[in-house]
Amino acid sequence: MKLVVVGHGPTSSRLVEALVAKGFGGRITVLGEEPRAAYDRVALTSYLTGRSAEDLTYPVPEGVVLRLASRVTGIDRDGRTVTTADGHVEPYDVLVLATGSSPFVPPVPGRELEGCFVYRTIDDLDAIREAAAGAGSGVVIGGGLLGLEAADALRGLGLSTHVVEMGGWLMPRQVDEGGGAVLRGHVEALGLTVHTEAGAREIVAGPDGRVAGLVKPDGETIAAQVVVFSAGVRPRDELARQAGLEVGDRGGIAVDDGMRTSDPAIYAVGECALHDGMVYGLVGPCFTMAEVAADRILGGQAAFARADLSTKLKLLGVEVAQFGAMDGALDVTFMDPVGGIYQKLFVSDDARTLLGGICVGDATPYNTLKPFVGRDLPGAPSELLFTGGPASMDLPDDAQVCSCNNVTKGQVCAAVADHGLTDVAGIKGCTRAGTTCGSCLPMLKQILIKSGVEVSKALCEHFAHSRAELFDIVRVRGITTFSQLIDEHGTGRGCDVCKPVVASILASLGNGHILDGEQAALQDTNDHFLANIQRNGTYSVVPRIPGGEITPDKLIVIGEVARDFGLYTKITGGQRIDLFGARVEQLPLIWKRLVDAGFESGHAYGKALRTVKSCVGSTWCRYGVQDAVGLAISLELRYRGLRSPHKLKSAVSGCARECAEARGKDFGVIATEQGWNLYVGGNGGFTPRHADLFASDLSTEELIRTIDRFLMFYVRTADRLQRTSAWLESQGLEYVRQVVLEDSLGICADLDAQMDRHVASYADEWRTAIEDPGKLRRFVSFVNAPATPDPSIAFTAERDQIKPVLLPLEVVRS
Amino acid sequence: MTVLSEATTTVWTAVCAYTDLLPERGACALVGRHQIALFRTFDGELFAIGNQDPFSGAQVLSRGIVGTRAGEPSVASPMHKEVFSLVTGVCLDDPAVAVPIYPIRVADGTVEVGVR
Ligand code: SRM
Ligand SMILES: Cc1cc2nc3c(=O)[nH]c(=O)nc-3n(C[C@H](O)[C@H](O)[C@H](O)COP(=O)(O)OP(=O)(O)OC[C@H]3O[C@@H](n4cnc5c(N)ncnc54)[C@H](O)[C@@H]3O)c2cc1C
Ligand code: SF4
Ligand code: FES
Repeated sequence: MKLVVVGHGPTSSRLVEALVAKGFGGRITVLGEEPRAAYDRVALTSYLTGRSAEDLTYPVPEGVVLRLASRVTGIDRDGRTVTTADGHVEPYDVLVLATGSSPFVPPVPGRELEGCFVYRTIDDLDAIREAAAGAGSGVVIGGGLLGLEAADALRGLGLSTHVVEMGGWLMPRQVDEGGGAVLRGHVEALGLTVHTEAGAREIVAGPDGRVAGLVKPDGETIAAQVVVFSAGVRPRDELARQAGLEVGDRGGIAVDDGMRTSDPAIYAVGECALHDGMVYGLVGPCFTMAEVAADRILGGQAAFARADLSTKLKLLGVEVAQFGAMDGALDVTFMDPVGGIYQKLFVSDDARTLLGGICVGDATPYNTLKPFVGRDLPGAPSELLFTGGPASMDLPDDAQVCSCNNVTKGQVCAAVADHGLTDVAGIKGCTRAGTTCGSCLPMLKQILIKSGVEVSKALCEHFAHSRAELFDIVRVRGITTFSQLIDEHGTGRGCDVCKPVVASILASLGNGHILDGEQAALQDTNDHFLANIQRNGTYSVVPRIPGGEITPDKLIVIGEVARDFGLYTKITGGQRIDLFGARVEQLPLIWKRLVDAGFESGHAYGKALRTVKSCVGSTWCRYGVQDAVGLAISLELRYRGLRSPHKLKSAVSGCARECAEARGKDFGVIATEQGWNLYVGGNGGFTPRHADLFASDLSTEELIRTIDRFLMFYVRTADRLQRTSAWLESQGLEYVRQVVLEDSLGICADLDAQMDRHVASYADEWRTAIEDPGKLRRFVSFVNAPATPDPSIAFTAERDQIKPVLLPLEVVRS
Repeated sequence: MTVLSEATTTVWTAVCAYTDLLPERGACALVGRHQIALFRTFDGELFAIGNQDPFSGAQVLSRGIVGTRAGEPSVASPMHKEVFSLVTGVCLDDPAVAVPIYPIRVADGTVEVGVR
């Protein structure tokens, strides 16, 4: 049998894969218009953030003939052939149309100008990226799901970005007006400009003939050099129309439950197909269509039924989700305007059956409640919203957990049992659940945990425990050495993952100097030399400058030390001074001078407290309401040296203008007229996160106790290298509040005692090191030539300071 | 007089006392122009490999964390954490890359490394 598929997008790719997997014996030819094989269009945007086209491309099974850059221009139904634009004629016995859809470009004057784009293919993205390089601002027409995704992409390309939406609010298909308002708040907070009830009257060109701006219906012109149309998609049914196949009034190739068109030799699948009056713009139903068509082509009886249109996405860092119906007899809304959260459930008139829901800002209800749509709710709706779902939820086996791949809970459980799976990766491999949009991954993890399977949380090959478990083992058993711990609870001799973790746990629990005895061998090179390694093998020196406050005399000492040792000197982003380029044997000499002048270690090398940044506060600033510098210094002195799962940063601002950027810190404090507001879980770095308000108007004493407990609870329970931001998200803000503020676990006295021990036992690591000849002996480049500096280290000059000369690589290929 | 072909002569150089090496920690010896990373594992065995990290070019392998991978003694580069076998010098994360290994022994409490 000769099977021909027109189009090579995700649906076509899935169809071919299913046919081959099910043992289709005929010949498969795929004719695709794009110059490349099918790729994951759902993940298209990741192409702009570093993923390559190859990464996104689906594998093509052996034996399939794939003709790329071949647009099909005609179907001869009588002769059973298709013809491509370049004149190639391909005969078929069975033809499948998988032509997808194309972006709808409204007939706005100026839409053909250079600088106007759509957002659908890798080629589109290449063109947008190129245009953005020379542009300052961009505008996206359409504030739906794809429009916001495109807007985020423009923002990522460095453009100041506008979104114009015809409707009264953003994402009108997924959220109601209330949700739209909350979403708008998030979107604007990210710096995007939103125009609702606005379309494009005209797109105007500049003197160079390229796009210069968009004129709104009200006459206002938005200056923009890049315009992206995202005003919906239209099924590509032109071939079918031409060939006289039945199409819908509003487009789409009409198919029956078996995906057959009005010609029994021709099927249509994916976004181009119209089933029971519906065209599906989500990949999940498209994949199901592909599976159904594959089964039918092989003689089976599979049937497509109306599919779920639930969506969950993370756009611009904001979770948005919609499931089931968007109205109902009754609804319950939870709204937290400060946190930017809006959640609504629609229920039947007896408030027992869940009909659907909308979430903005936090999609927990989507994850936990979506499978209950059309079923009895597992609790009172308001309670479910407030608590994020009941603690133990037993989903029925036929509840769909992965809508992209139509996988039910029962199928996941069966795979877990049959194949002895212990992680989500295994479930993905066996069932395909979780392999597309990823929004069901939390649910998969839940099912895994509930199925009683031991989920692997092993730290590394040497310990089957998580960091939190090891912490408890060490704490409860009073273990003080790595050797004892690995003998009794691990295997082998450790590695660069578990050794620093154990070193940190031992240090958090107050086991003396980090270079004492066996502990020294556990430390990463930074902790081992109490300095940060640099790319040429030298180290940097960061003295602590609590709160960023420093006397002129101390500044002069730093300057003198830097000058005398020839160190590169830079003000850091953390209100401190970093001295770079020290060789290991110079470190003790440098620190001797610094310690004598009253400096101590800044722990820039440790997973420990870094700085508590401050603004100048009420002492000098005309707006300040509290002494920010004074508090920052006392916090820095209190928590200095505290070893933790990852580094800890803090800041104190003297008023709501927030000049110290406290909301970007692990714990940040902002002064109020009444006292202090405490924010937790902020982060810069890879995944920036604004801190959550934890408690308001605290007295200084209350504030410090709250931070003590928050930090110690984090130190006890976080994973290795998990900043407070990720930890807080995994625990839930409410839960941590209960533990810390209400002592729901009854451990606060213990946490307090642990912090008190830390504060009482603090000693400057560098002072101890330079006073101990045993420790000092390690600070040499060569064990057989202690006085010899490393000859491989060399510097040139740049802007009047040193700069490392990098060594040529001598790579040995074995 | 015996003439030894240069390529096969191992010249032993004393570098430090055995007790100068800490268990599970490296040290570096400068032998001629070679920088050699020395390691003493927990069971007292000694290993010597080139000190230059082939990925970054920096002379730092002696400062990495020592441990085992699937039972094989290993060290992780302190720069970007690639793990090398102390036995073969091969990078266990990228077996196409290896660092040189050197013979090492203890004579009378003194550690000696061999350089060809
Ligand atoms: C020196 C400094 C850059 C500068 O010249 O300003 C710096 C330098 C380094 N940073 Fe940083 N960071 C510095 C401020 C920051 C800031 C800004 C801040 O603290 O206000 C951030 C973002 C805020 C945050 O952490 O939330 C920052 C986010 C990172 C990250 C990403 C952390 C994350 O959660 O994603 C890393 C990587 C890591 O820790 O895993 C990192 C890692 C590093 C390391 C340690 C990389 C390394 O392993 O070699 C750099 C060497 C430090 C050294 O002294 O040799 N650095 N780094 C800043 C030192 C501040 C200080 O006085 O202690
Ligand atoms: C940026 C973006 C983000 C998205 N995010 C999500 C998401 O999060 N979740 C979700 O469910 N869905 C998402 N989608 C939608 C999803 O990508 C589509 O549902 C899916 O691509 C449909 O697959 P398809 O194969 O049916 O159509 P398409 O992907 O459109 O593929 C059809 C292919 O056929 C080719 N073709 C058309 N006509 C011819 C012809 N005459 N001859 C030869 N070839 C032809 C086209 O060039 C195209 O390559 C997103 C889409 C985009 C653009
Ligand atoms: S941003 Fe990157 S390069 Fe710059 S200091 Fe931080 S870690 Fe180093
Ligand atoms: S719901 Fe999209 S991958 Fe499971």
